Amino acid sequence: MQKTKKKSEFAKLPTVDKTILTIGYVILGLFLVAIVLPVIYIILASFIDPITLQNSGLTFDFSKWTLTAYERVLGNTQIWVGFKNALIYSILFTVISVVVTLLAAYPMSRADFKGRSFFNTIFVITMFFGGGLIPTYLLISNMGMLDTIWAILIPGAFSVWNMIIARTYYMGIPRDLQEAAEIDGATEMVYFFKILLPVCTPIIATIAMWQFVGMWNSYFDAMIYLNSASKQPLQLVLRSILIQNQPEPGMVSDMQSTAARAQLAELLKYATIIISSLPLMIMYPFFQKYFDNGIMAGAVKG
Amino acid sequence: MRKALATAPAQKEGGSKTHNTMVYLRQHWQLYVLFMLPAFLLTVIFRYIPMGGILIGFMEYNPIRGIMGSEWVGFEHFQRFLSSPDFLRYLMNTLKLSVFGLLWGFPAPILLAFLLNRILSTSAKQKIQLVLYMPNFISVIVLCGIVRILLSPTGMVNMLLGTSTNFMTMPSAFRTIYIASGIWQGAGWASIIYTAALSNASKELKEAAVIDGANIIQQIKAVEWPAIKDTVLIQFIMSVGNIMSVGFEKAYALQTDLNLNASEIISTYVYKKGLLDGDYGFSTAVGLFNTVINVVLLISMNTIVKRMNDGKGV
Repeated sequence: MQKTKKKSEFAKLPTVDKTILTIGYVILGLFLVAIVLPVIYIILASFIDPITLQNSGLTFDFSKWTLTAYERVLGNTQIWVGFKNALIYSILFTVISVVVTLLAAYPMSRADFKGRSFFNTIFVITMFFGGGLIPTYLLISNMGMLDTIWAILIPGAFSVWNMIIARTYYMGIPRDLQEAAEIDGATEMVYFFKILLPVCTPIIATIAMWQFVGMWNSYFDAMIYLNSASKQPLQLVLRSILIQNQPEPGMVSDMQSTAARAQLAELLKYATIIISSLPLMIMYPFFQKYFDNGIMAGAVKG
Repeated sequence: MRKALATAPAQKEGGSKTHNTMVYLRQHWQLYVLFMLPAFLLTVIFRYIPMGGILIGFMEYNPIRGIMGSEWVGFEHFQRFLSSPDFLRYLMNTLKLSVFGLLWGFPAPILLAFLLNRILSTSAKQKIQLVLYMPNFISVIVLCGIVRILLSPTGMVNMLLGTSTNFMTMPSAFRTIYIASGIWQGAGWASIIYTAALSNASKELKEAAVIDGANIIQQIKAVEWPAIKDTVLIQFIMSVGNIMSVGFEKAYALQTDLNLNASEIISTYVYKKGLLDGDYGFSTAVGLFNTVINVVLLISMNTIVKRMNDGKGV
């Protein structure tokens, strides 16, 4: 029913429109295929015996399928260490960062806050100018934070961009709420925690998601500040497997020939990609409703 | 405000400006100490103290002697890299990567948003968006891992083409790989902001345009483009402002020994020189040079846009 209706609407359009729309939807369709195709390829290839894959590509002869790669990747302790660290770092970073950012955004959202423009200038400058890699590294090093979790969690905890977004959101909250609270004699703290924050959950969820995903997916800070294998987050473990072609020793060491080891190392990549991406792939659809309003708040920046 | 005003008349005899400020501070100390202090300290320590460290760029920095004990060399590092042919190549690599990236990557999400906006069924639109957003949640490392697998001599792309080219070792392929994978990963996500702006376009205006017999191009000109013009401008200025800060993480993860001719950019060079070779002074100088170009670009871009946009900058 609905389909025929749409079809007739399309038929009613002038020829120019039809041509443009058709070209447009073909482009969109191709883009969607380009996103999905590699993902499907990786999923299928992760189950296929390495020698078969190399010689004849994908096959649906299930006798050639194997779970070896998954067994080896999941059986490796370093992957689990990586997962555990990534989870700890991401959660702690999200909490610290969201707290610091939301707190700072509150005074910045109040027109009567003395020193607002001073703080604003101080913060905004850092968005465009900084000391750069080496001075920052030397500072962290001098503070004794090298190879500690703090080097990952603290320096980047305050995000000016997110502060601006939270501030914009606070400013959209009706003034009456604040005035009612002040008449009731509520202190700043009570107003902030009891009245303001509860109505700001959409923006809090959005910022929290950005920070979590950002930390989970990044590797640079961990690469330069953390040395111990026991502290490596998932992305660094992945880096050695996927980029540096150095699978964790335990994953391939039992293979006799170098060739067999190399083939297995290739196969392990597919399974590693699937396993490591799965958590966020499962989670992100649940956050979809927060995407739009977060980005919108950012668009209306002050 | 009202609080401060309400108390001000009571303090009339001592009503000097500093006095009022003191009263304000006493009443609102929580704003400073509890709300502002953490962010302020983090900013001063981790953003401003390193700015002082820029001095290292003018020194032969010795980690043991520190900033106080190291020898000043003035602009020696700057002269060294500005006169080196390698540096010019890294600078060009950086610029080409971001300028071409902007040229291809900037219109892509806008196009997607226009197309999405034409899809009438909300549920179909949401499903398509879910697919479009997915690559954004893949990490840089996994993305580069996938790229390497697909482009390997035995990978999917070669299978489809019937060839066995090793794209990852070709300097000429690097930029295409970098930019295409960037669009693959980011265009859908970046389209959100334009989709949101488009949904604010006046429905009545559009309906009126349709009744008047406007075709799609006319509708876009009259209704949709005006609705997203400001967003496009802001996004464009910000992208230009970031032209020199091409992401380290992805470039580094796509580098191979053989494609360095095209893939070595300033940020990867700074990392290698500074942290791997320990040439702190030189590396800091290169980084500073990069930041300064970036700031100059941003300011000039904002000025140009202000002129074009009746004095409205960002």
